[in-house]
Amino acid sequence: MNPFVTLTSVAAPLLRDNVDTDAIIPSREMRSTGRTGLADGLFAPWRYLDADARTPDPAFVLNRPAYKSAQILLGGANFGCGSSREHAVWALVEWGIACIVAASFAPIFRNNCIRNGLLPVELDRDAVESLAGRTVTVDLPEQVVMDGDTRHTFSIDAEAKAMLVEGLDAIALTLKQRPAYEAWLAQDRANRPWVYP
Amino acid sequence: MPRTLFAKIWDAHRVAGTPGGADLVAIDRVFLHERTGAAALNSMAAAGRAVTDPARVFAVMDHIVDTRPGRGDATLMPGGQAFITETREACRAAGITLIDVGDRDQGIVHVISPELGIVLPGVTLVAPDSHTCTQGAFGALAWGIGTSEAEHAMATGMLRLERPGTMRVRFDGTLAPGVTAKDMALALIARHGAGGGAGRAIEFAGEAVGALDMEARMTLCNMATEFSAMTALIAPDAKTFAYLAGRRHAPAGFDDRYWATLSSDPGARFDAEIAMDAAAIAPMVSWGTSPEHAVPVEAAVPRGPARVHDYIGLEPGARLLGTPLDAAFIGSCTNARLSDLRRAAAVLRGKRIAPSIAKALVVPGSMAVRRAAEAEGLDKVFEAAGFEWRMSGCSLCFYAGGEGFAAGSRVISSTNRNFEGRQGPGIRTHIASPETVAASAIAGCIADPRPLLAQIPSGTVAA
Repeated sequence: MNPFVTLTSVAAPLLRDNVDTDAIIPSREMRSTGRTGLADGLFAPWRYLDADARTPDPAFVLNRPAYKSAQILLGGANFGCGSSREHAVWALVEWGIACIVAASFAPIFRNNCIRNGLLPVELDRDAVESLAGRTVTVDLPEQVVMDGDTRHTFSIDAEAKAMLVEGLDAIALTLKQRPAYEAWLAQDRANRPWVYP
Repeated sequence: MPRTLFAKIWDAHRVAGTPGGADLVAIDRVFLHERTGAAALNSMAAAGRAVTDPARVFAVMDHIVDTRPGRGDATLMPGGQAFITETREACRAAGITLIDVGDRDQGIVHVISPELGIVLPGVTLVAPDSHTCTQGAFGALAWGIGTSEAEHAMATGMLRLERPGTMRVRFDGTLAPGVTAKDMALALIARHGAGGGAGRAIEFAGEAVGALDMEARMTLCNMATEFSAMTALIAPDAKTFAYLAGRRHAPAGFDDRYWATLSSDPGARFDAEIAMDAAAIAPMVSWGTSPEHAVPVEAAVPRGPARVHDYIGLEPGARLLGTPLDAAFIGSCTNARLSDLRRAAAVLRGKRIAPSIAKALVVPGSMAVRRAAEAEGLDKVFEAAGFEWRMSGCSLCFYAGGEGFAAGSRVISSTNRNFEGRQGPGIRTHIASPETVAASAIAGCIADPRPLLAQIPSGTVAA
């Protein structure tokens, strides 16, 4: 996973509440059993006037010339709600989004972001809206979004921050704790034998 | 210090802390499905990582399998068959238990896990499906994850998790006749918003929750993800143990001493509390494109975002009752269990759906539910009323690109999501209880189920 430290990009506004993962990538666009080949289906219901013919809707934010190379996406409350499909994050990352600034995130989506190096930033709604169309810098170590002289600080838990800044492989990291798990398991097998077939 | 049920399960599974302040939480059960199972298992194999304990990992074909009688691996979703065959291969290679397309136990993951006794009180259970919270109805800590997390759980036996905050949602009082767990969930989300649960672990409690049977409790917990909760749970009781007794993967003897500890202590503190008056809840129906866009069936459409009104084709102030419908769907991990089918069939018995309903489906939550319903003759009731009687699967809870409703159709649905395009491009979905779906299908428009329910002789259908 690529580390996330700082990022400067125009912020593309998709200022709607409850942007769900069916909108980010509908089930019908998940055509491969792997993690790639998904960018073409990103936001298909909104991005295309005709999804089958792939006719772009010029009004959709990511189709507008100013945002074609945006790496920051702005959202409203409860961004990424709905299905747990990680394809939503894979599609965003493949398209080029590296950071989403939203009023709040759905829990599974937020976790999927962190596991794929995509930074989820929560700011209050006014702050999110003020960034629309601006070229801003996100500094994760400093936990700040800078828009000219305006600095919006954000909170992120230390675990997620470390994972992102260092680009850590969560599984490799956890496997180092194998002895602790084995000790827990031995105890638990005695306490709750019915858990283990 | 008094502890919540959530804290008891979490603490019992906490293996260690991490330098970043997260917890390593042991995972007792992982359940996969064919939509993401191959991706997770193949990615693990490519990284040279094995499944830690294959005996505690299960998989089922439910998301994109065909539901028409006589089905095989072929599925109506373009390219869908590869998901089925690759998941089958990957499960075989990993040595995990697969409940395959043609197995008698096949069904929707959150329906069959309880049926087979795979979920148990006090366990941690994860699946790459957001409605895994359904299984919190058994007093288990069960939640949906992504594919990477499924790999993580299988490869390490644990997940790295920030401890979530807690919320207790109490439903006080008694539900009125014709009002169900689905209506409770929609009333809660309508009142407090689709983000109202905000990443929290919710405990449902109160008189009206205790009065629910296990299937209704599953319906209530199922909708917690639509409330943005991490998960929901209900303290296990005699009903829970009676449901699980004799199930294939449940222990022969219950661990009474341990399970008796599985409730929140008196005085336990939650980070947030909500109280709802169960007696004030009416049958609910959604009017917009989020589960928070729900109102009592006799209410008018409130004012929401303009794009929502544009999509759904209903103006503020419009009456929902009488809104013409094109299709009806009874199915999904929310409302396709035997009790759901019984209640819908009771409404439909001796009646026909309106001629304007172009397509009406009943998709049982599992093949076991299907067999039980057939033993009671429910299939005949549905078919006589004009519904198609299907094999089990997720079906048109979402649109995978194959089978669908006609473009622009307005659908009354027992499912959990009314998102734009959820059931197909341009489809306008109204979510409601199975009895409301049945009554509306008969009327050909959104209808209140209570007048029809009132005509049913008491005792002919279980609540």
